[in-house]
Amino acid sequence: MSARSIYFDHAATTHVKREVLEAMLPYFSENYGNPSTVYTIGRTSKKAIEEARETVARIIGAEPREIFFTGSGTEADNWAVKGAAYANMKKGKHIITTSIEHHAVLHACQYLESEGFEVTYLPVDEYGLVTPGQVEAAIRPDTILISIMFANNEIGTIQPIAEIGRIAREKGICFHTDAVQAMGNIKINVSELNVDMLSMSAHKFYGPKGVGALYVRKGVKLTSFMHGGAQERGRRASTENVPGIIGLAKALELADMNMEQHNRKLVALRDRTIEEIEKKIPFVRLNGHREKRLPGNVNFSFEFIEGESLLLMLDLKGIAASSGSACTSGSLDPSHVLLAIGLPHEKAHGSLRITFGDENTDEDVDYLMEVLPEIVRRLREMSPLYEGIRSSKE
Amino acid sequence: MMYSEKVMDHFMNPRNVGEIADADGVGQVGNAKCGDIMKMYLKIKNGVITDVKFKTFGCGAAVATSSMATELVKGKTIDEALKITNKAVAEALDGLPPVKMHCSNLAEEAIKAAITDYKRRKGLIEDDGDCNVCCLRCEDIHHHLNDDDE
Repeated sequence: MSARSIYFDHAATTHVKREVLEAMLPYFSENYGNPSTVYTIGRTSKKAIEEARETVARIIGAEPREIFFTGSGTEADNWAVKGAAYANMKKGKHIITTSIEHHAVLHACQYLESEGFEVTYLPVDEYGLVTPGQVEAAIRPDTILISIMFANNEIGTIQPIAEIGRIAREKGICFHTDAVQAMGNIKINVSELNVDMLSMSAHKFYGPKGVGALYVRKGVKLTSFMHGGAQERGRRASTENVPGIIGLAKALELADMNMEQHNRKLVALRDRTIEEIEKKIPFVRLNGHREKRLPGNVNFSFEFIEGESLLLMLDLKGIAASSGSACTSGSLDPSHVLLAIGLPHEKAHGSLRITFGDENTDEDVDYLMEVLPEIVRRLREMSPLYEGIRSSKE
Repeated sequence: MMYSEKVMDHFMNPRNVGEIADADGVGQVGNAKCGDIMKMYLKIKNGVITDVKFKTFGCGAAVATSSMATELVKGKTIDEALKITNKAVAEALDGLPPVKMHCSNLAEEAIKAAITDYKRRKGLIEDDGDCNVCCLRCEDIHHHLNDDDE
């Protein structure tokens, strides 16, 4: 194993920041009270989660009563999509989404199809973008929900959320956005964007795993996610994950405070990496949009090689990254996102995603560029797909 | 998902990578759509495999099983080589994760395809123009594995 250890998979998860952990710790031990109780120690917990709710609400331009804490981003997506579908089914059973959503939305929509709902999966262009015009054209009298992700987890493409929000508002259709990847990387104001529901997940912005939140605009019809106690105003029963909620709010507060600096740094690392890979390695393709892109996201396809092999070799050099290859997903098909932007299977199998975070440095990129071209060369030498290419160059 | 040390060894230090310019039999199985292709080159003298090389496009398990398959066939008669099963390749690697068992299938098929090519060249079998392994679709290859997997 390599002596170096570099983490380039921040879209998968991030470490918990020290300040976040410190804010959480008292709520595991001394302040362990159940927020639903009346005595002092319980009220301490209740007060802490209500302050957390206020913090989250303030940062995204919402009212505290519009913030509901959940167990994850996936839960927030499932709740938003299924909850809005069931609550509005008397009005209609048509839902609009895209073909590149996270599986938390995509599979929830597929489930709803089995329940008699109709779903339009909007195609995307070669950069992974949908247009407001596409959304508008897909709207029918029975459309009850539009769910479009803010920014894509694999290729980092940022959608025109404000324009889509305006259309949804004009037509009076509930608009949900999965902002799990965007939160902490993009300033989001739900009022300005005309978003009705928004999902987030703490562990994507240096908070803990196992906690997320769903913003639900006042007046949006949504069925309850969990039935039980009166927590989260009766809409998401179960004793609150108090330390998790405190951690989410603290992490979001830090992310919001540091966003400018964070983005400046990540964009510099991202753009330098894109430039150097394109310069130093032949037969590559940048996946996603060059400008409308998450600050830390780099996604390339390397022709003639397969992604898992690439990841294993990078891992042996101490680099943690990700791929859209089928071999890393455990299914037969490569990433649905890469296929949706028009990549043939073999190029989708050969993809590499690098997602930068706060602790990454220029030296990390130096090291990546030291080892990556050699790994790609080595795998290509081994690849029967490269044979003709190499001899045609000679 | 975890690979055995032996798989990682054969992935990092694959044996017999390359081509044989004057090979007596060449077999290629899998396809790019599925994410794995194995190409095997054999040198055969008096019915014995005297040299073998491979090229593979695929995951860690695909590279490791190709490498192990070349080690297993080297020095064997073609009849012995034809008896090498996907299970034997996987076992020689101290096992593969269940989702990767199809890679060992490809290795077995690559050996068979290369020997079939050799026999065809020698006129030992009829040239029916079609290879019944390299034309399988991903689904066939992968489902085939599930049958073996029980």
